[in-house]
Parts: sequence; C-alpha cells; structure tokens
Amino acid sequence: MVNSATVELVVSAVKVFIVVNVILLMVMVMILAERRISAFIQDRYGPNRVGPFGILQPIADGIKFLFKEDVIPYHVDRFLYLLAPAVILVPSLMTFAIVPFGSSFSFYWGDTPVHVRLQIADLNIGILYFVGIASLAVYGLVIGGYASNNKYSMFGGLRSSAQMISYEIPMGLAIVSVVMLTGSLRLSDIVADQQHMWNVVRQPLGFLIFLVAAFAETNRLPFDLPEAEQELVGGYHTEYSSMKFSAFFIAEYANMITSSALITTLFFGGYHVPFGILEALNLPVAWEVVVHVLSFSIKTAFFLFVYLWVRWTLPRFRYDQLMNLGWKSLLPLSLVNVVLTGIGIAIF
Amino acid sequence: MLVEYIPILVILAMALIVAAGILVLTHIVNPRIRNPIKLTTYESGIEPQMEARLRYPIRFYVVAMMFILFDVEVIFMYPWAVVYKQFLSQGWFIFWEMIIFLAILFAGYIYLYRRGGFQWE
Repeated sequence: MVNSATVELVVSAVKVFIVVNVILLMVMVMILAERRISAFIQDRYGPNRVGPFGILQPIADGIKFLFKEDVIPYHVDRFLYLLAPAVILVPSLMTFAIVPFGSSFSFYWGDTPVHVRLQIADLNIGILYFVGIASLAVYGLVIGGYASNNKYSMFGGLRSSAQMISYEIPMGLAIVSVVMLTGSLRLSDIVADQQHMWNVVRQPLGFLIFLVAAFAETNRLPFDLPEAEQELVGGYHTEYSSMKFSAFFIAEYANMITSSALITTLFFGGYHVPFGILEALNLPVAWEVVVHVLSFSIKTAFFLFVYLWVRWTLPRFRYDQLMNLGWKSLLPLSLVNVVLTGIGIAIF
Repeated sequence: MLVEYIPILVILAMALIVAAGILVLTHIVNPRIRNPIKLTTYESGIEPQMEARLRYPIRFYVVAMMFILFDVEVIFMYPWAVVYKQFLSQGWFIFWEMIIFLAILFAGYIYLYRRGGFQWE
C-alpha cells in the first residue's frame, strides 16, 4: 500500500515535468513555425538547411545562443540586470498550471488506485491565479529596462509596462463575463459548462476583447511597441546578450502558448470535441482521453497560428492609438459586455 | 484546501530550475573576450552623454494610477460574478446593485475622460 500523499506528490511532479518540457519544446516549434510561416506569407523559403525542412534550426539557434559571449556592460545595475530575465521567465512557465489540457483517467499503482486529472492544479481561484501570476511579468520588463541604464531599454520597459497594465483591465472584465456564465472560477467547471455550447457563442464580444487584450499582454504584433525596432532598437532587451537575451524570447513564446490555451479553455470548450463527434465514434475510455488531449492541442495550435497570421496582416499601432484603443474603446466596451451578460443571464 | 497548492509549489520549483539552469549554464560555457568598448552603452557608436535614468513623461505615472483604480474595481466584480446566477433566483436586486456600482465607476471614468486623462499626445 502506497501512501496517498506520496502518490499525489509523485503524480504532480510527473505532470509538472512533462508540461514544462512540452512548453519548452513547443517554444522551439513556435520559433521554427514563426520563421517558416512568415517566409510562406512573404513568398520566400525561410530556414530549410538545418535538418529535413529545417526542423533542427531552433536547436542550432539555441546552441549558438549558449556559446555567445555574455556581455554585462559596466554601467548596468548588476543585481537587477541579472534578475530580470529570471523574473520574466518564471511566471511565464508557471501560468500554464491551471489549464486543463484533457479529462482524467485512473490506473492502479500496486493496489492503490491513482486518479490522474490532466491539469496541474485545479485551484478554486483558478482564473484569478492566471491574472495574478501573468501580471508579475511586468516587473521583469520594468526591472530589465531600468537596470540596463540605456534610454532605449528604459523607454521600452516603460512602454511595455504601461501597455500591459492598460490591457489587463479589459482582459479582467472579459473574464468576469465568462465567470458570470459559469458561476465558478475553477477552470474545470468552466470547461464542463461548455460541453454542449461553447462560450464563444454566448460571449462573442467577450472573446474579441480577450483576444485583443491577449495580443497586447504578450507584446505581439500589432502591439509590439516595446520592441519597435525602428524607434527603440530592441526595447527592454537592447543591452542583453547570449542566453539572457533568449530568455526574454522563451518567455514571450511561453506566454503566447498559455494565452492560446486559455482562449481555448475559456471560449472554445477546452478539451471538448464539438458536435457530439466523440459520442458518435463510440471509443473505449482510454482513447477518449487521447482524443480530448488532441482536441485541446489542435484548438491551441490554431490560435498560435492566428498569432503569426495577424503579425503579417496588420501594421503596428502608434503608441497613442494603442493607449486610446485600450482606455477609450476596450474598457467601456468590456463594461457594456458585463452588463449585457447580466441581462442575458437574467432573461434566459 | 492548502493541499491544492502543492502542485503550484512543484511547478514553481521546476520553473526556477529551468530559469536558473539556462542562465548559469551560459555563464559557465560562454567565451570571454575582454574589450572595454564592448562594455559601453549601446548607442550606435556615439558616446553617451549622461545616465539614462532621467525624467520621463508623467503620463506613464498617471496610467499606473488609473490602472490601480480600475483594477481594484474589477477585483470587486469577481465575487459578484461568481454568485450572480444563484442570487438571480431572488429577483433583480443583484443586477441593479452592480448597475449602481458601475454607474459610480463610470462617473469617475467620464470625469477622467473630460480632464484628458486618457489623451496621449
């Protein structure tokens, strides 16, 4: 007989190990996909020399980063300068903890039944954990910009922090309207609630607000003002080199993966398969879990593709347009959405 | 209840290991070719005149203040949103309650709008 607390700990350690490694692997896939899809959209080849179809390119890039000289300029605040990449990387890997990426299954370990839920932590505050941890990344940007003691870094850090906090409010309000529908902050409840109808049908406006805010939160085009190359060189990571420089990018891609996963979970039914296809297939229980994980992965991959698609479709915003959109349009719009959701729930 | 948070500690530990790992590893294996010019501020080859930490536009400060104001309001709405459906069976009171709250919030918003609080020049 194995102690149940030990089982819990081992199961969660295995889940964490797999999830963090899958995220890091997906970051590498995304780096390649971004370059290949950009190339495809611009009608050129993109990296195709390293390995078949260039699939080993991100590994080559990673090794190159690792063996580059790590320059620490003498005018920086050394402690904060070294701290910033870690501050930005840790929350980006932690936010995925609450996302349910599949249903659950059970097996026997010796004679102890083990129930594995495909979600690292099913917290009762669920989505609030995401909002809280994701906003910690702002500290990384500000610390990195300030510690570099370079005007480009300074302004990149200031701009991105102002941008991120501005779009956090519409994002929070879009989440509020989803929570009103479900009556729970727990993400497993939110997913279970969407078994028959996805939230995007009931919350089209909320979905649009969340999508725009997610683009702004991850500092992706068309909102990549912090690193607008033409005016700010590289933004907050101008003075960084070697693996510290790449840490900022790993964090950015990890954030993209988590926000795509959250869009899927909050608005597109999470791991559920639409139109009752799964019931029609009549699969054994073990295969159902696989199909759930697959369904979740395909939806998330689609939103990751949307990130790249938008990048080459829309031009970059000007900074005043960005702040105007956040404060003058999205904020009132999301408040209206909350009121409309309230009326809708009361009537139906 | 607190047991739920054990996996969070596990993923925190894992994230710290990954972050520390890649930052320490590069320190160990990277080559060091000393050159004083390399250690100067990036400024396209022009010598920097002064520190970068100068005065910056007050707008950033105002945005941070507005964020704190509005974000606290949003946090107030979360508990309301969780219980909204349950309390709706007892009539529209919970709805009008939030409408009054939002009306007060919106009055502040309009004041800020009129004073040019959101105007970014």
